[in-house]
Amino acid sequence: MKLPTLREVATEARLLLIGIPVFLWTMIPIYHMFLFAISPKEDAFSGKLWPDHPTLHNFEIVFKQQHYFLRDFYIQFWNSLVIAASVGVLTLFIATAAAFSISRLKVPGGRAVMNLALFTYFIPAAFLAVPMYRTMGNYGLLNNHWSLILAMVTIASPYAIWVLKQASDKLPVELDEAAVMDGATTLQIFRLVYLPLMMPSLVAIGTYAVLLAWNEYLYAFLLLSNDREITLPVALGNFLAADDSPWELLMTTGFIYALPPAAIYYAFRRYMVGGLTAGAVKS
Amino acid sequence: MAITLSGDQAMPAPPLSSRLTPAQVWGIVLLAPYLLVFLAFVVYPVCYGLWLARAPANYVALYNDPIFARAAVNTLIFLVIGINVKMLIALFLSGFFAVQRTWIKWLSVIFILPWAVPSIPTILSVRFMLNPEWGVINHLIFSLTGDDGPNWLNDPTVALTMAIGVHIWKSLPFWTLILITGRLAIPHDLFEAAEVDGASWWQKFRYITWPSMQTLYITCTLLSMIWTLGDFNSVYLLTGGGPADLTHVLATLGIRYLRLDQLSLAMASIVCAMPFVLPLVYFMMKRLSR
Repeated sequence: MKLPTLREVATEARLLLIGIPVFLWTMIPIYHMFLFAISPKEDAFSGKLWPDHPTLHNFEIVFKQQHYFLRDFYIQFWNSLVIAASVGVLTLFIATAAAFSISRLKVPGGRAVMNLALFTYFIPAAFLAVPMYRTMGNYGLLNNHWSLILAMVTIASPYAIWVLKQASDKLPVELDEAAVMDGATTLQIFRLVYLPLMMPSLVAIGTYAVLLAWNEYLYAFLLLSNDREITLPVALGNFLAADDSPWELLMTTGFIYALPPAAIYYAFRRYMVGGLTAGAVKS
Repeated sequence: MAITLSGDQAMPAPPLSSRLTPAQVWGIVLLAPYLLVFLAFVVYPVCYGLWLARAPANYVALYNDPIFARAAVNTLIFLVIGINVKMLIALFLSGFFAVQRTWIKWLSVIFILPWAVPSIPTILSVRFMLNPEWGVINHLIFSLTGDDGPNWLNDPTVALTMAIGVHIWKSLPFWTLILITGRLAIPHDLFEAAEVDGASWWQKFRYITWPSMQTLYITCTLLSMIWTLGDFNSVYLLTGGGPADLTHVLATLGIRYLRLDQLSLAMASIVCAMPFVLPLVYFMMKRLSR
């Protein structure tokens, strides 16, 4: 076995000197949350790095809704799920149609529409939220799931259109031309040629929209207020209202809430990183 | 002659549908859903909001509200310190993560977590770590020194610093990821040539990495400014704007007015940020349309 040279050891040590703080910085808040979730109430406050008696009791309380703050846990979880799924489906539908129209059908003014759409991101999120709240009130949608779904679709779509347009610009024009020669209608091209070829990007965008909606706090907190209509993050925020908040249960619920996006992210990472950062370098 | 003329005048313009090919009609139909969403949920709210903010009395009220002045200063500190520290770390880490090692690859997978998981549980976790009586940090201080630790979030300066820290924790992975992509796009033979010429680490950065990443870095910084202006969670969930409303930024202040049912004041506070936002938007739109 070849011994590493002094220079190699020094390089490795320097890398570790960066790597270890990065690891700790990233993991401490997440580990702290996990630690609370598996600690019995007395242990949670003792400041230990690992509880003396790790337990799943907190999860049991959450899943059986055995606390005042958790009495609507399942319905709130379900609300989060339905809203995230609807935002995913609706964003995919709207953005795919728009990207096909701009990139393949070359609709007049299409590029201008896309640039206008991206303008949405130049309005700071919390600034748009204020008039959006009033707008939803004017439309009579406050405290209705549709308000949050439509708000999130508004925010997810421009990016979705942009990514999908970049991806569909890469498909050769000859495909469409060949299909037209064979007598295919526009809709047939969309369904039979375009959609199958765009699958990887569609998965990335669907995942992106679902995660965005699932993780959203501000809009959910403004637009929904009824205990049985709110999503999980709003319920978690409501824990703060009380002085005697059961922190170990808050952290347990938070952990359960954070698991699906982390899992989805890792499951679709292959699509996400490639599909979503593709345009970054170009800009 | 007269007949021809009147005939010419009576000739109706061809109907819209006959001038467009079927593909173009489909193009308009397929673009319509997004246009509707954009008009109903971006254009209308923005115009309506500006209209609400029109009364000069709102600006007088803001001027007389000490919380607004404090929030404006806080926002500036948040932006100038938060973004520059974040982007510099991201630039540095993008170099670190570009190193080919198996453990660094694994670390980059973990590193993305703060961005992938929702903010609320993790920010609340930090908030509880900082709790003066029960938090793990003061526990550590007590067991090491025997003294009680400070009441972290009760000091506005410390509380705002912590909020900036939370913001960096949350958004650092995203910007690092973008800068890694930019760094990987630099042709590798440039570095090999520099290596042969005996260039130092600094020279390689100064003459190869920075010139090729400069534009991307500046674009990212500007975009991050706009997005950080809208960062409500980092401040609201950590400090709630407290103590005594001293740590508000414009994002949380607008929502605070909204919750107090002072919508026109909320909009006015946002309009006050426009002289700062509009040049950024102009610059970004120009970059986009190129």
